[in-house]
Amino acid sequence: MIQHPGILALLLASGLVSLLLTAAGWQGFQILRGWNLQSGSEGQLDLERRTYLVSTLVTNALVIQILSLFLFIFTADGLHAQFVGAMCAAGSLSANAHGYPTLLIKVATCLVAGVWLILQRADTQGHDYPLIRPKYALLLILVPLVLAETWLQTSYLVGLKADVMTSCCGSLFGQGRQGLASELASLPPRLMQPVFWISFAALMVSGVVLLRTRRGAIAFSVISFAFLCVAVASLLSFFCLYIYELPTHHCPFCLLQKEYGFVGYPIYGTLLGGAMAGLGVGALAPFGDRKSLTSALPRLQARLVWSTLFLALAFTLIVGIWMLLSPLKL
Amino acid sequence: MRAPIQRYRNILDFALSSLLRRKGRNLALICVYTLVIFVIASLIFFVQALKREARELLIQAPDMVVQRMVAGRHDPIPTIQAEAIRAIRGVEAVQPRLWGYYYDPVFGGNLTVMAASDQELAVDSVWVGRGVARSMRVNEGDLISLRGYGGQPILFAVQKILPEASELVSSDLVLMSEKDVRALFNFPEGLATDLAVTAGNPRELATIAAKIVELFPDTRPIMKTEILRTYEAIFDWRGGLMVVVLGSAILAFIIFAWDKATGLSAEERKEIGILKSIGWESSDVLLLKFWEGAVVSLTAFLSGVLLAYVHVFFFSASLFEHALKGWSVLFPRYRLVPALDAYQLTVLFFLTVLPYTAATLVPIWRAATVDPDAAMRS
Repeated sequence: MIQHPGILALLLASGLVSLLLTAAGWQGFQILRGWNLQSGSEGQLDLERRTYLVSTLVTNALVIQILSLFLFIFTADGLHAQFVGAMCAAGSLSANAHGYPTLLIKVATCLVAGVWLILQRADTQGHDYPLIRPKYALLLILVPLVLAETWLQTSYLVGLKADVMTSCCGSLFGQGRQGLASELASLPPRLMQPVFWISFAALMVSGVVLLRTRRGAIAFSVISFAFLCVAVASLLSFFCLYIYELPTHHCPFCLLQKEYGFVGYPIYGTLLGGAMAGLGVGALAPFGDRKSLTSALPRLQARLVWSTLFLALAFTLIVGIWMLLSPLKL
Repeated sequence: MRAPIQRYRNILDFALSSLLRRKGRNLALICVYTLVIFVIASLIFFVQALKREARELLIQAPDMVVQRMVAGRHDPIPTIQAEAIRAIRGVEAVQPRLWGYYYDPVFGGNLTVMAASDQELAVDSVWVGRGVARSMRVNEGDLISLRGYGGQPILFAVQKILPEASELVSSDLVLMSEKDVRALFNFPEGLATDLAVTAGNPRELATIAAKIVELFPDTRPIMKTEILRTYEAIFDWRGGLMVVVLGSAILAFIIFAWDKATGLSAEERKEIGILKSIGWESSDVLLLKFWEGAVVSLTAFLSGVLLAYVHVFFFSASLFEHALKGWSVLFPRYRLVPALDAYQLTVLFFLTVLPYTAATLVPIWRAATVDPDAAMRS
């Protein structure tokens, strides 16, 4: 393991998140089992009180979780100097087999966490805990996901070995290891350009349809998730080439560096935020018939749709303007 | 839209006034909190600044240094090997370097003596670093005496004192002509301490190094990137080690914070009871407590970071410099270049504010969900 303060911070954060969420999951399980709103028993009152505990624990844990995604990428990026052939986070993450799975599961937990926070928000709008069961069911899915992430991240970070000189031999690591892959596979720009614009148009159209007719929430959700995948693939395929001004550099992480004005943060922030809001719209769709939510839910959904559309537009504007202004012409 | 913002503002207002009402108690908490943040922040800033310093220094270092090994020890290398290395494709220049350490018994420090090929440097004269000049109390034009290999004193005129800007590397440096170095150490002709190799394209260094080892199996090429990596690892390791040691301090602080948050005073309980009986909901009380925590954390974080900044960049981290820099008699005197970035602050935030927040969650919930009548009656 490398004794890096960033690594210690990540280990601490994932330990805390696991602890908080496990505690919340256990409370949530008890609430799911014993919940009966009709009853005025002391047990039920206690459970109602505990819902505050669960939401406090989970909200805090999830905010930490979302922050730690960025800390993870930044730490991986900062460590690249310690591995032969690594140029940025792409190299550090492939330093052992757990790097990329950790990143993927971190993104997944962030998305689920965002959806949970949206459910929580909707739940507080109704007076009779309308979403308590789906909310805690999702929590019970989230807990193992976060525990798996903690395990993966710990194995990744603990397994890192710096290629450090030793006094006994001329080290020459470069000979032993043929450099870490700094380049990720990318799809051909010719294919991805139309796919990106089509999916962007589909997202906008489905959003407008949903706002007008209040139909197609699930479809909108699916499209917004698809847009996230397509946007990341397009970013790797051609957008980043314009940003790096290099026709061969397909790295998703260098965007986060100072050389490129930290443009990666708004790019990934808008993408992740948009996907969370989009998925939230679909997650709320089945609960339109809850009585206490009849007025609040459509308002919340409309706000989420607007956020998704706005964030997708912001993403497209950022990369689009960069593409137009870039001296590179493909 | 305005109503929710107004609500937050009111609750924040109330949180501030309730913090001020319990001044002594909260001040104690903020002081301890600030101290913990200060220590860890100093450490992180200092390690980061040293890493940066090392990186900038090594920009000037040769791409590769070739040393000769005899029985596992570093030994002088025949300068004739430089010719053979120069012939390798991709090598731009090979410079034999002549240097060594000289122990000065008078002030008990090690000097680095190095041959310089500068035309201005006269025979029987030296250029010395600021640290050497300070400890020997010499100025330009003075004479210094070094003991030669046979014990005989050799006099050198101090021709120049090296500029302050280079003090981090040149503090203990004594530069003299090649002839003088050979005379001082009885260093045989035709041998050098090591060879500095420059490559036209740094990407070819690994291949060049492999060829050198093939040509001269008793040599050890060391690349600049390897030195850099090792420095980074050492500084990280030292910093990380200190953070682990300080982990106990964080833990103690967490227990302290937990205790403070759990032990609600009777007055506080009554206050919450009254708030709830006049219509505050549990979620409002939670929000209030959250704001209180945020104010405490933010105050402590900002003041801790500021103090650490002053400590590291104005006082060169006098509290831990010896633990982190290593030991030497001739410490260079320098002021670190302020280097702060969002990453370090985020790491610091994760290491200090997160555990505090996590530790206070359950006590806050307990306080917020207390029954109003029970609270007021107690």
